[in-house]
Formats: sequence, C-alpha cells, structure tokens
Amino acid sequence: MTSAAPKPEFILLLEEVNKSFEGFKAISNLTFYMDVGELRVIIGPNGAGKSTMLDLITGRTKPDSGKIEFGRDTDLTKLSEPKITQLGIGRKFQTPAVYIDHTVFENIWLSLEGSRSVWTTLFSRVTPERRDCIYEILKTVSLADKADTKAGALSHGQKQWLEIGMLLAQNPKLLLVDEPAAGMTDEETRKTGELLLSLEGKHSIVVIEHDMTFVRQIARKVTVLHQGTVLCEGRVDEVQNDERVREVYLGRKKKN
Amino acid sequence: MSRKPTNIELGVVLAVAVLVIVVLPCLNAFTADGNWLHISNFTINLYGKYLCYAMLAISVDLLWGYTGLLSLGQALFFSLGGYMMGMYLMRMIGSLGQYHEPIPDFLVFLGWSNLPYVWKPFSNFAFAMTMAVLLPGGLSGVFGYLAFRSRIRGVYFAILTQALTYAACLLFFRNSLLMGGNNGFTDFKFVLGHDLREPATQRGLYIITGIALLLVYLLCKWLTTTKFGKIQRAIRDSENRVLFSGYSTANFKLFVFVLAALIASLGGVLYVPQVGIINPSEMAPDKSLEAVVWVAVGGRGTLVGPIIGAFAVNAMKSWATRAYPDLWLIFLGAMFIFVTLFMPKGIVGLPEQLRALKKNFSMPKTNGGKIIETVSAPTSEKILEESK
Repeated sequence: MTSAAPKPEFILLLEEVNKSFEGFKAISNLTFYMDVGELRVIIGPNGAGKSTMLDLITGRTKPDSGKIEFGRDTDLTKLSEPKITQLGIGRKFQTPAVYIDHTVFENIWLSLEGSRSVWTTLFSRVTPERRDCIYEILKTVSLADKADTKAGALSHGQKQWLEIGMLLAQNPKLLLVDEPAAGMTDEETRKTGELLLSLEGKHSIVVIEHDMTFVRQIARKVTVLHQGTVLCEGRVDEVQNDERVREVYLGRKKKN
Repeated sequence: MSRKPTNIELGVVLAVAVLVIVVLPCLNAFTADGNWLHISNFTINLYGKYLCYAMLAISVDLLWGYTGLLSLGQALFFSLGGYMMGMYLMRMIGSLGQYHEPIPDFLVFLGWSNLPYVWKPFSNFAFAMTMAVLLPGGLSGVFGYLAFRSRIRGVYFAILTQALTYAACLLFFRNSLLMGGNNGFTDFKFVLGHDLREPATQRGLYIITGIALLLVYLLCKWLTTTKFGKIQRAIRDSENRVLFSGYSTANFKLFVFVLAALIASLGGVLYVPQVGIINPSEMAPDKSLEAVVWVAVGGRGTLVGPIIGAFAVNAMKSWATRAYPDLWLIFLGAMFIFVTLFMPKGIVGLPEQLRALKKNFSMPKTNGGKIIETVSAPTSEKILEESK
C-alpha cells in the first residue's frame, strides 16, 4: 500500500520531545522511531506519558520542544487534529467512542475517507461501492450482522471493535490504539488481538496496553515508557526480563 | 426501519399544517361571530404568536437537541429579527405618530429633528429584511467562530450565550443606541401598505407565519436526514470521535449556530407585526430560558417536540398569568424540573415511555422499585452529560 522507499522509511519519528503541564514533566527527551507496517506495543506504568504521547502525535497538545514527523518529513507539530487525521493517522480512544444514536452501518459511513467539508456532507449519499466498502469493514471487525443495530445497543467489546472499524474506514497509514482490551472478556481480548494482528502490514499500528497476556499475544516489538521517556525497547521476553523494567513495574529498588 | 415513523410524522404534520394554515383562517374569515365554529381575531393573533415561538423553539432544539449545544441566548436572535422588522414598521408610521412628525416619536422625544443616518434605509422593506438576515447571521457567525475555535463547550458555552443576550439587552435599553430605549418600538400602523389593525392583515400575517414554520420544519427535517444531520448528532454523542475522524467540528457547529440564529430571526420578524411591540425585555435572559423549557417539555431531539412544547407551555402561560399571575414563574420552573426528571423525552416521548412502563409492569421478574429506577435512570445520565 505504501510506496516502497529507496531507503528504510520511518512512519513515525519523535526526537527529543518534551512536554510539561504546569511544571509536571509528562514527556521528557522522548525519542521514538517506528518502521512502516510495524505493529508496536507501548507499555508503561500509570503516568508514564503513554496517552500524552498519543496526544502529541495527534495534535491534541503541542510539544514544548522536539521533532514529531509522520512519514517522510511531514511535521505534525504545526497541524490541527482534523488535518493530522486527514494525513492518515487514526486514533482509538481508551473508552469506546462511537455514535450511540446511529446504526453500526452509519458509524462506519461517517468515518469513511472522503471529503470532510460542510457542503459536501449536505448532499452526499451512500453509493453502492461505498456500501460494499462499509460491509467489507464490518466483516473485518465481525459486526456485519449488526449493521442496522444502533451502536448504543452493542456490548462493550463490540463497541471497541466498531471503533476500530471506524478507524479502518479512514484507511489510515498509522493506527494509534489506546488500551483496546480494557474492560473486555478474555474471549473478546483474544479476538481483538487477532484483529490487530490481521491488520499488521497493511497499516502501521501503535498499541498501548496494560494487559500482559494481551501484549504477549500481539507484540513483536515492545517499547517501555517510564517518566515520559523510553526506558527500553525489544522483544517481549527481553523486555520482561529487563532489570530496569522489573524495577519500574514492581518497584523493588528505590525509585530514581 | 426508520422510514415508516418518519412518514407517519410527516403525514400528521402536513394534516395539522392544513388545519392551521387553511382551515382556521377560513373559519375566522367566513363564519359569523356567534357561530360555534368561529375563530376569533384574538385567537388567530394568539396562535400567530405561538407559531413564531415555535420557530424559536426549533432553533433552540436544532442546537441543543441535535448538536448538544445548549444556547441560553437564542431569544437574542429572535429579537434582532424583530427589531429589524420593527425599524421598518416604525418608518411606515410616517407622520401619524403622537407628534405628527415624519420621524419616529421616540426620536422626536430625544430631540432629533432629522432622521439619523442608520434609520434612513429602513423605509425600504427589502433592506430591512436583508438586515434581519445579516445582523443575526453576522453576530452568530462571529460569536460562534470565536467560541467554537476556542473549543468552548457545555455549560461554558451556555453561560456565554446567556451573557451575550444579557449584554445586548442592556445595550438596547440605552436611548443613545437610537432603538427606542426601554420602550422599544410600538404603535405600528402599516406593513407593505396593509393596515395592521385590519383583521385581514393579521390573518394574512398568521398564514404567512404558518407557512414559514412549515418550511422551517421541512428544511430541518431534510437536514436531519443528510450526512450533515448525522454528523450533527455524532458531535452531540461523541465530539472527540468526530474530530479524530477528520471533521472540523467547529465548522459544523458554526453552520448549525448560524442557521439556528436565522430561523430564530425569522420568527422574530413575523412576531413583531402580530404582537405590535418589540422592546429590550425580549432579549432578557429569562426569555431564552423559557424557550429551552418549551423544547424540554415538547421533546428535544425531535422537530415536532419544540412546536408542541411552544404551544403547550404558552397556552398554559396565557391561562396561568391570568389566573395566578404571581405563581407563573414558580410553575414554569417546577414544570422544567418535572419534565427533566420524569419525562426526559418530553410530550413527544410520552407514548413510548408509557409503553415501556407497561411492558415493565407486565414482566414478572422486575419489581416495582426497579421499574421506577429504569424510568429515571436515563434522565440523570443525560443531565450529567450536559453538565460536562
């Protein structure tokens, strides 16, 4: 999907990023690279700066200093959320954010890539091709039989999948998924893992997660955040055996 | 699935529209005074006023019920439309005023002998109507642009709109604005050459108001079926999701805010010649609050709800202010609390609510206590949502 680059290309690049909130350093000297098509899991204790990192990438907050680039040389620090979304970055929130008053079908329809201007939405209709496209996405997130159900009537897990479907509808190059398994049953968690794995390669995906079983299921490469900066990076087993990571998570030694 | 109820609603609305726009005026015009079918001039005039209020109510609901933007200052745009019409009507008095001068009485009283600059073009009806579009449209555009760009939401938005209408109210109280001060405009004589004291003129205005309301209803009905309308409700339910789907929600909210202001203004334009007076008290915060109560009582998030609410509450007001003048405001407040707590979907949602209640009663596994819980639960949720 993404055109082959002559040299290895990063989908996402953060260099020396800093962000403080009223004196609290949420992100400090964060440097992070991600390859095209990669599925990356970010873990870290509460307050490690995981969600702030997503806020910075999606333009919700602006960094105090540092470089945030998307693809090749697209500076994200100057753009608004809708602009960044239109570049091809989709974000899934921690709690499911779907349109409860609309049907599952309409939820996807509103998210489908295309013009976002007020005028076009006044006169746009669902074309047959788009309908097919919507059902294709609904199949991917196993909600095809729920197309005419109001999203408010879905279970928690189904809402999470619907929101992932809404992200896919935007056809993003990069997907940012914040704790998709939170509040899910084991079975739902497993299915969510399979879903994310099936998207690997087609999209670059960042997953933030707490649930280590889930992380082991999907992770290739894990980045551990701590106090707003990268503590270590590597395969799941490497990371789990890392002395510093154990310290941070289990708090055995004195905190630095 | 949603096709059928929409068609039923449309059928009922059209039937009622025929009754209101055709049958009632005919009964007024062609039956004698003593006839039991006769509709009095007073009634026609009163209903004409309610029809204008219904437009104001729809404009509130378009924001509150459909987009999740609670505006507590919608009567401002209604009044601005009214004032623009009022300026034209003042010019049409000619020299028939108390002072028999060619300029409006209050200007004579303020010591003017010539017409001030701003007043000159208002002898032209088309100009006055253009201003009734541009002034509320422009003000809502600028205010909305600043508010939505700064991401002002929820109660903060509500408070700001309230402050806006209050500020305008104070401004219009000042004589130096040359808008008639606290007396506003009154003693109108003619509109487009027709004598306003003639029943036929009032009937004509009533019919035009009925048609205008029908067109507003149909426009809004169409809007809610478009993708735009769906995004509107999506913003209400999950603004962040819409924002992160790439839509600039500020633009969408701005569009709705300006459209609502224009609908309110249209109501005001038609209100003034029928009521015969416009003054700054129409911009007082309680007027806008009342409109919110109409919508809540009728049923927000629907288009017939605000119309029903505007009629029901105002009919009650007409009666209560005569029977118990001191208690009306307390009664209005009590009604709002009652509706929010026990009838979250207003009068329009009542049948559905009763059906659900009946179903709950007939289900053996739920006990009495639980039934009450299930009825009131969505209400408290909604209130919490609003206060976010």
